Amino acid sequence: MADKQQQVVVKRARHKSSVKDPGTPGVLKMTKDRFTFMANDPSSPVKLNVEFRTIKGHKFTKDGTKQALLNLTQDQGGNYIFEFENFPDRNVCKDFVASAIALSGEAGRTVPEKSAVPIQDEQLSAAEMERRIKLLQEDSDLQKLHKQFVIGGILSEAEFWATRKKLLEQNYSRRPKQRVALKNDMWSTKPLADGQSNRVTFNLTPEIILQIFAEKPAVRQAYLNFVPNKMTEKEFWTKYSRAEYLHSTKNVIAAAAEAAEDEELAVFLKQDDMLVNEARKKIRQVDPTLDMEADEGDDYMHLPIQDHGLPRNDNKDVLDSQYEPYRRSFSQHLNQHAAVVLQGRVIDVELGDTRSVAEALARTKHAELAKDASDVYLDKERLERISRMTEIEDLQAPRDPAVAPLSIKDPRDYFDSQQANAFSTLGDTVSGAKQLKCSVSTREAYCSLKECISEIKFQGLTEPTINSEVAFKVLNGLAQNISSNKYHLGRNPNESILDSLPKITREELLLHWSSIQELLKHFWSSYPITTKYLLTKATKLKDAMSQIYPKLQEIKESVQSDLRHQVSLLVQPMLQVDVLFGNDKWSF
Amino acid sequence: MSPPVPSKILTDDVSLLMVLIDTNPHFWSSIKPHFSFSKFLSHVLAFLNSILLLNQLNQVVVLATGINSCGYVFDSSSGSVSQRAESLLPKLEEFAENDESLSERDDDSGNGVGSSLLSGSLSMALCYIQRVFRSGPLHPQPRILCLHGSPDGPGQYVAIMNSIFSAQRSMVPIDSCVIGIQHSAFLQQASYITGGVYLKPQQLDGLFQYLATVFATDLHSRNFLRLPKPVGVDFRASCFCHKNTIDMGFICSVCLSIFCKHQKKCSTCGSTFGQAKTLDPSASQQR
Repeated sequence: MADKQQQVVVKRARHKSSVKDPGTPGVLKMTKDRFTFMANDPSSPVKLNVEFRTIKGHKFTKDGTKQALLNLTQDQGGNYIFEFENFPDRNVCKDFVASAIALSGEAGRTVPEKSAVPIQDEQLSAAEMERRIKLLQEDSDLQKLHKQFVIGGILSEAEFWATRKKLLEQNYSRRPKQRVALKNDMWSTKPLADGQSNRVTFNLTPEIILQIFAEKPAVRQAYLNFVPNKMTEKEFWTKYSRAEYLHSTKNVIAAAAEAAEDEELAVFLKQDDMLVNEARKKIRQVDPTLDMEADEGDDYMHLPIQDHGLPRNDNKDVLDSQYEPYRRSFSQHLNQHAAVVLQGRVIDVELGDTRSVAEALARTKHAELAKDASDVYLDKERLERISRMTEIEDLQAPRDPAVAPLSIKDPRDYFDSQQANAFSTLGDTVSGAKQLKCSVSTREAYCSLKECISEIKFQGLTEPTINSEVAFKVLNGLAQNISSNKYHLGRNPNESILDSLPKITREELLLHWSSIQELLKHFWSSYPITTKYLLTKATKLKDAMSQIYPKLQEIKESVQSDLRHQVSLLVQPMLQVDVLFGNDKWSF
Repeated sequence: MSPPVPSKILTDDVSLLMVLIDTNPHFWSSIKPHFSFSKFLSHVLAFLNSILLLNQLNQVVVLATGINSCGYVFDSSSGSVSQRAESLLPKLEEFAENDESLSERDDDSGNGVGSSLLSGSLSMALCYIQRVFRSGPLHPQPRILCLHGSPDGPGQYVAIMNSIFSAQRSMVPIDSCVIGIQHSAFLQQASYITGGVYLKPQQLDGLFQYLATVFATDLHSRNFLRLPKPVGVDFRASCFCHKNTIDMGFICSVCLSIFCKHQKKCSTCGSTFGQAKTLDPSASQQR
């Protein structure tokens, strides 16, 4: 792409301040990052030198209108209007402008990354560099981390990417680019007719030709047969256009008359037999269990609105049967067009060469036919489908029970419920084990157990099962438990502490969390500290972390007082290094 | 199994409750001054009867978790008529006898409360539930309630995690009511992962009230109720080699087994590990 693109474009143009203004003639010169305009008349005050960075968009008039205009709009509302001598000139400039704007837009974003990358002295291929930059552009969280650490000098580029190899590789095998589908508008049969002369002009582009070949197999077949033996391509399309024109006049009799004279024209005017065959095959493949019973909704004949707006052939029954083959049905044409558009592009050939397009389409159709002919598998599939549709419930085999699908959760979901346990439960379990001491032998223990059971057996359940005061206390305790703020921690998909904080605080907290995660990862991976390099690295990381602590403190203080406790609990695990080492106990 | 039920009667709130009762004798004798096994049983039996009264089609199955074995002691759907919960008592006695006979004779000295076989009874409960699933399209909604007090046995970590994940996959919630002194990390995780309720009652003599308020709700009604949530969940894992609870360790990238120390080979799947990196690869560049 970069090879095809021109570096500089120079064109004659007129600069206009508004559309009506005749404009000053001059020369417009465009390079990748700026464009200049010099008027022919040296005394004219119009001289422009604008960078593409300031240009945000471009507008242009359609091909074929009176003026070939290109309007470059700026962010603040200013614009530059240029008029060109002809449309091809204007289109060249338009494409150039489009790519220049896109490039300058990207350049604005990639500037910080590009300046950071040269810091490290690793041998990276250009492809690798590109991959990294692309990855950074796509993921803004990653970009923030990268900016914070690599540009801040805390981590080196290699270390940052060491744990993200998988991301880079994924990026490498990119998804295929989006494919452009066929246009949905039907080729308008309204040709451009000059009011003055009797000429009718049709515009045929390769895209349109592809569509014609896809929709009308008879035309395709005719092309393969006639060109270049009987007529040239231009003659072929002229004849075809004539046929289209006749159809558009809806003059069936005239069509029949012309067809009688010219046998090649007749091919275009008659009904398409190949299409009919294809339709028959498709009908055979319809699911036999489809309920085709007609009901009131299918009655199109007696609707109040005539035919949903489709033109009706009122004099259907008047004409002789000799004219039947020359009638074109609009609804058939529409259906065929829709089917082709939905099928999409089936061939991969360059659209320039008409003959190769026709051949490729013919080949695809033949392949499909051949496949359908050997349809043993197809039959089996149909039988399976039929049996599935007409299941009898009672005779079903037992189905396996439903299972929950595997869901890999975002660690952020666990964020709320983890903090309470980082330090508290350690103490709990230790003391808990101490408390439960069984000083009784196994045998005695079992004895007492059995005694209890027989006690109930003979005495029955205690009456009342539970004391009313105790029950009341329990209920109160439970109610308070559920409603109090303290116990809103833990998993609750609807509300979490994070959500109850204002958005900015939440974003900040999560950002600090992810940066501390990253730092901690590198911090702990540099253990055991055996070299000086690791020592400096660990110290750097720890300093970076301690810089974040005052920010966390700020956040804690800025939060509403009733939430402060929860936030400090959330923040606690982030402070683990601080707690473990303390600021002054940092030594080896 | 009970005969198939016409769909009109099987409403949203029919439940199958599997109750796992901790019958660790050491635990019960150590907790004797606060709460006795007989009081516990009377609360639980009253609770089970009330579950059976909530809906004609509710089913209750009770499993006893001993220290050497686990067994079914009650199934409300066995027999032609729904039985009352008291009929579990003789079976429970039998179970206790059996469990005692399985324990070793020389274990007379008291050396702390051992753990009961929670993993075994969880697995048995899940097997029963699978059978219910395959009994036809119409079945009550199963859930498991663990009444547990013994401390967590680290040796059971792997088995318990496996049963928790299979319960999660079959969409069976595991509720936990912890009657011991300390929280149980296993049950916290179980309830968290499967979407059940975890509760450690503050007052054990009001156990029936806790059970009736929190654990009697069927799964459909839980969508509309707010039930207590634990303060936090202890997600720490135990290492597979020593069964210690660890925060940081080594993980086999093939089977995700957890080890506290660097090993040459994974003991679960047999894959060999590479050399431990004592130096950072970029450190060799002598910065």
